[in-house]
Order: sequence, then C-alpha cells, then structure tokens
Amino acid sequence: MAASATDKAFVEFERVQKSYDGETLVVKDLNLTMPKGEFLTMLGPSGSGKTTCLMMLAGFETATHGDIRIGGTSINNIPPHKRGIGMVFQNYALFPHMTVAENLAFPLEVRKIGKSEREEKVKRALDMVQMGQFGGRRPAQLSGGQQQRIALARALVFQPELVLMDEPLGALDKQLREHMQFEITRLAHELGITTVYVTHDQTEALTMSDRVAVFNDGRIQQLAPPDKLYEAPENSFVAQFIGENNTLTGKVETLSGERCTVRLDSGELIDARAVNVSAVGDRTKVSIRPERVEINKDRLSPDAHTLKAEVLEFIYMGDIFRTRLRVAGTDEFVIKTRNAPDQVRLERGQQIEIGWLAEDCHALDA
Amino acid sequence: MTDQTSGADLLTTADGKSLKSSLNRALRRQKIRALMLIAPLLLFILISFIAPIFDMLLRSVENQIVPDTIPRTIEALEEWDADTGEAPSEEVFAAFYTDLAIAEEYKTHTRLGSRLNYEKTGISSMFRSTGRRVGRFDTDAYTDGFTDADAAFADPAQWAAWMADDAVRASLPLTTDAYDAWALLTVEENNDIPAEEDPADFVYTALYRDLMNGNTAAAMPAVDVSAWEPVVISEQFIDANDGWADPEVWATIKTYGGTYTSGYFLNSVDLQLTPDGVETRPEDERIYITLFIRTIVLSILITGSCILLGYPIAYLLANLPLRSANVLMILVLLPFWTSLLVRTSAWKVLLQNQGVINDILVWIGIVADDNRLELINNATGTIIAMTHILLPFMILPLYSVMKTINPSYVRAAKSMGATDWTAFWRVYFPNSIPGIGAGSILVFILAIGYYITPELVGGTKGVFISNRIAYHISSSLNWGLAAALGSILLVLVLALYWLYDRLVGIDNVKLGG
Repeated sequence: MAASATDKAFVEFERVQKSYDGETLVVKDLNLTMPKGEFLTMLGPSGSGKTTCLMMLAGFETATHGDIRIGGTSINNIPPHKRGIGMVFQNYALFPHMTVAENLAFPLEVRKIGKSEREEKVKRALDMVQMGQFGGRRPAQLSGGQQQRIALARALVFQPELVLMDEPLGALDKQLREHMQFEITRLAHELGITTVYVTHDQTEALTMSDRVAVFNDGRIQQLAPPDKLYEAPENSFVAQFIGENNTLTGKVETLSGERCTVRLDSGELIDARAVNVSAVGDRTKVSIRPERVEINKDRLSPDAHTLKAEVLEFIYMGDIFRTRLRVAGTDEFVIKTRNAPDQVRLERGQQIEIGWLAEDCHALDA
Repeated sequence: MTDQTSGADLLTTADGKSLKSSLNRALRRQKIRALMLIAPLLLFILISFIAPIFDMLLRSVENQIVPDTIPRTIEALEEWDADTGEAPSEEVFAAFYTDLAIAEEYKTHTRLGSRLNYEKTGISSMFRSTGRRVGRFDTDAYTDGFTDADAAFADPAQWAAWMADDAVRASLPLTTDAYDAWALLTVEENNDIPAEEDPADFVYTALYRDLMNGNTAAAMPAVDVSAWEPVVISEQFIDANDGWADPEVWATIKTYGGTYTSGYFLNSVDLQLTPDGVETRPEDERIYITLFIRTIVLSILITGSCILLGYPIAYLLANLPLRSANVLMILVLLPFWTSLLVRTSAWKVLLQNQGVINDILVWIGIVADDNRLELINNATGTIIAMTHILLPFMILPLYSVMKTINPSYVRAAKSMGATDWTAFWRVYFPNSIPGIGAGSILVFILAIGYYITPELVGGTKGVFISNRIAYHISSSLNWGLAAALGSILLVLVLALYWLYDRLVGIDNVKLGG
C-alpha cells in the first residue's frame, strides 16, 4: 500500500515558495503532485517561475518555504549530488574537455561503478540514442542535434528515476526539434522514467506531455492534460497562452449552471459556458478558438445568438483558410476554416454572420 | 580609373586565371593598406627598439677592440706558445711597443685595458701605467743614433720622400708599417702634415729593427746599427710594470685576440677561456649560474604563489553578481594605478626588521622582540613583493577564462552525482587550465626579467640576473657580458615558451573570449 502511495505521489511540491531578494516571491504557493512515470511539462513565459521550480527540484536552489518530496522523502536538505536526478540542460552542458564516452562515464565514475560495467552501460546508452560510433569524439565535433542526444544519454546513463529537462530543444531548428520531441517522449515512456520538462514552447508542451502545468506570475494557472488545457482553459491567461484565441469582453447577463449569456461591450449578446464567472454582472473575457467559429448558420442551433462580421482579410494557408474579421468592435477576430471541397472562400468586404456552440465559448475572468 | 576598368574586363571574361589574378590584386591592395596602417609603429619599433637590441646582443660576441688596437702584437703572438711558461720574445714586445705607442696617442689603450681586465684583473692598470711611460722609453737612443749618423734622418720631408718610394717601402716592411701608422696618427689626431713633423721614436725603432734584420734601402744613407748598444724593449716594459713579465698576461692577450669571442658567454656561465681551452672559473668567481638558478627558482615560486592566491579571487570574481564583481575588479586593478616604485617602497616599510609586520607579530606575541623575522633584503622579500606586484597579471587571464566557463557544467556534474569537490576538480578546474597557463606564462616571463623590485627588497640573496645585467650596463660598463647574460635570458625564456607549447599547447592559452 505504501509503495503504491508513493508511486502516485512520486514528486510532491507542498506549499513551496521561493524568493531571491526577500521582497518579491518568484514562486508563490506551489502545490504539485506527480505520479511515477508521468511526463509533466512546466510551461510558461520567461520569469514565470518554472525554471526556478526545476532548479529547486534539482537542488540548485533552496525553497524559501514549503516542502519538496521525492518518493515520500523530503529533499530540502539533500545536496544535489545525492538526489539521483538526471538532468538535461538548456545548452547541453557537455564537458568540453572530455570525449563523448568520458562524458557518459562521468556519472558512473563518481558512483564508483567498475570499469567493465561502466563501458557496458555507456555503450548501451549511446546505442539507445543511436550515437554508438561517436564515443571517441569531443562535444565540439558534434552537431547540435547530436550534442542533444548525448546530453540525453548522459542524463539517463545512471538510470535515474526522475529526469529534469530545462528547455533542451531550444537551440535546435524546427525539423530537428520535432524529431527530438518524438524521440524524448518515446525514450521516457519506454524506460518508464518520470520526467519534468520545462519549456516556453506550447507546441512542445502539448505534443510531448501527459500533463502540462501552465505557470504565470509564480503560480500554476492550470494543471491538466494537453487536450483539456486547450479545449477547456480555466482562466484567460491559459486561454491566451495556449494556442490562438479570440477574446471579447463584456458582462455576464444571465447565469444558469454551466451556461451563461454575456452582453458584450459593443452591445451584442452571446452564449458562453460559465467557467470562471460567479455572478450576474461580473465582467468577463470570453474566449473562443478560431477553428470553433461557425460561419454556416445552418449548423448552429436555431436559438443561438449570432454576431455580424465584416471580412477584413482572407489568407490562403494551404490546409486551412485564415480569415480576419471585424466583430463587435474588434479588428483582430480570426477564424480558421478547413480547406474542404465544399468550403466557402470569403472575400474582403463581405458581410457575414458568425456563431458558435455555447460550450466552445468560455466565459473567463476579466 | 584604368585599373578598375581592366579589373572589370578580367572578371567579365570569366576565365579562371584572370579572375584569380584580379582577386589577388584586390587582396594585395588590402594588404598594402593594412601594412600602411601599422607602418609608423613598425618603423618606430624597428629603429628604436629591435635594431638597438640586436646591436646590443651582437656585443656579446664582439671583440673588435683587441685586434683593432694591438694588431701587430696579436700577429707576433701567434708564434709564441703559452705553455712554455716564459714571457714572449723581444719581437713581440717590439710589436707591442709600436701598437701601444700608437694606442696611447689615440687614448684607446685604457679602453683595451678595461676590456682585457674583464678576463684577467690587473691588466687595466698595467695598460694605464705603461701608457704613461711608453713615450719616455729609452728607444730615443735609436732616434738620436740615426739623426746623429745623418742629418737626413732628422728631416721630415726627407722621411716623407723615402716613404713615398716603392723600393724603400718594399725593402723596409717594419719601418713602412710604423711610419704609415704614425703618418695617419699625425693627420687624424694632431691635424698636422707628416712631411713637416719629426717621426716618433717608434718609427726609428722600427727602422733599427729592419736594419738589424738585414733589410736595407738603397735610397737611405747607410747606417751601421749593429755596433749600437741595443735597447731591450721587454726590459723597458717590465721596468714600467713588472706584470709584463707574467706569461699569463700574454696568454690572456693571445686568447682574446680574435675579432669575435665566446669569452662573454663562457663568463656568463661561470666558465673561462684559457690557452688550454674552456675551464670552470675559480670557486670564488662563480656567480652567474647561481644567479640564473635563483632567478628561475624564485620566478617559479612567485608564479606558484600567484596561482595559489589568484585562483580563488578570479573564481570569486567570475561567479559574483556583476555589481559586486566590478567593485572587486577595481580592487584588483587598483595596484595598476599606483607606481611600481611606490608599491615596492611600501613593502620596504612593511617588511623591514622594525617594520609594520614585524611590529605587529611582536605585539601579538608570535615573534620574540630579539628574534624578528628577516623578511626583507633576502629571497623572502623578493617573493612577497613580486607576488603582490604580479598578482593582477595572474588574476586577469584567469578571470577572463573562468568567465567563459558555463556555470551549468558544474551543475551538470553535481546532478550526475559529483560532490562539490569532484565537480570542481574534474570539471571546473580542467576548463580553467588555459587561464592558469596564460597567467603563468605572463607572470613567469615578467618575473624572470624583473629588476626594480628585487633591486629594492632583494638585498644580496634575493637579486635576479637582471640586476646583474643592469650593474654591468651602468656600473662596470662590461656591456659585452651584459649582452651575453641578456642573450642567455632571452634564449631561456624562448626555450621555456617552446617547452610550454609542447606540454600545454599555446592554442590552449586564452586571455579571454
């Protein structure tokens, strides 16, 4: 029973706070529980506290307040080298004065593992990232992608249960990045490693993670699987930060359970799902994804509210059409429509009516 | 304009060769421009620095003064064997008489004396005292003999006429040689016309020797000199200074008779050139090897203490936040803004027997009042003061290299299970070695040639080879030896640099970036 309890809460942050200068909190009241084997991404803009959290977990920063536990044991007073956490750094941090094989052997050497076993493990780790023949090279002789693989192999070679990655793909070009995203998730799942991954790239977060913790202003704004994060953001920050998003502002007019209607500042009335509003009369930001906006009135329910729109710009993007509209006083309302045979191509200046399903439109905090 | 059009033509032909040549021309213009930019400095350095140094180094082997001043003696000495243990023959003394009489007129005999004095002490005073006497040698008896025998010998014009006659010149080689030298001397030193002046005694002596050798000139009045009482020139010399009877003096002159000499260099390493070859100097004259070894050992110690003291400071500087690092950096650079002399003098005040440091130690009770530490006028003083003065030269390269070491290296090492010490020793330290290398080269090369500080705080036990060089340049005026010592020092530094390149690799030396 105890084992399974720690498996469910392998990594725990409890009421963790961190301040560098004693005046402002970089991390404010962080609570987080991670089960074993999970791939969790900390996503957020720079300065949101995500890297600080990672560094506290790794032991390079100490928490000002609160408790961090791994496998049920508090690690607040355990120095970094005794935590047994594998780590991949932003710029790989491969030791330039050692060969690739020596780099990989380093964590084994400091653990006093015998030479033959060491060589065996290094070879296996190199093969794992398909870098078997590069053992004799120096890091400077490798390309960015190869260095990335070596850094990964080095973090995994001593078989840690927890691996931390600090924006490991930031320096790679787009194609390589996508390839490595796949590769990292595959390895993490194959080896059953618990992974904490820090990034500011939301695509990376969405495609790789089991769960994503969106950080802003020292707090976790939402902790959810990628699909929930995208489709059901809990506040306007998350809605804005993840994916493309249209925002309209107004006041809650009616509120009944999950449903509400919002009187926009421009006077129109729209349907929305009440996510983060509590009372009639609350100011709210309603958020709607560009691809969930419907321009075909027949597909909407008869009693749905619609808005008048004027087409400002039509951009052909191949798989989709991106259309910019003037809606309810804003010029930045964007809709995306699929490039299907029956799809209409809107023209500039065209007057249309748009609407959406009430559950796709989220009434969030103002 | 024409250049540009022809260049464009070459390019438009798209012919490989012409493209290359036009590219070369473009590059050449760039190179010339670059050269023009550095030309003033290059010329200045070349003329005012490199050339004098080269000239100075040449002095370490140059020995022109000996064959230039006493050429006849050197030639005559070739016959003489030093191993006989006897002073050279009358022939040599006669040649020396001619040389010295001329040199005395030119006042070069004292300089020659100083030169030879480097090799054998006492020679200088021999030359000086004999120089004063050489004009009053009894050889005027020959002059009187000739002028008494025939009035023509007293007529300067007649002498000039004889010496213009090729037949006379051919039959009287010694006289011709002596007269020519005298004539030259008369013109050069006294601004007189030889045909109006009485020839000097040594010319008559040369004529006497010619006649005694059986050479006669038909144009001259015949004089029978064999009946004259001979003036023994060697006795004249020994009378002037009995040192001339010592065969060792002559051996020295013979050994150092060449245009070039290895004597200065041998002297620099406590050896000396004797007629029997190279020998070590007597124990009480050995000094330079000790000095060289001391210079190197102390420089190594200074470099070592600079590393020990500078490394932690550079580490702190590189890892502090920028604001505090800047303040600390100013403290490191502060000594640069103070005169070297002032700093060294400050150490004099601090280190001396009744100085601040000793006073404090006595006051605390660590040191007894009657047993104060000897911190100055010895090697300790040199090491302390020079470590302080050269420390910035270690800290700055170390700092700039450490600044480039990514802090995530150490974090990575710790995350992989390395203790603080292992992370430092296995990861941080190896990456900082280029800085240690650069700092060490800088400090060591500066230390090995340092002069002011050892001069002021080194006493006798803490002085460097450079102090000795300065002494020979400015006090003893033995520039040849100073040049030889300087050359050895230069070669030593270059050799160490080469060795360092082989061991560490000069590419590994970084001053920053």
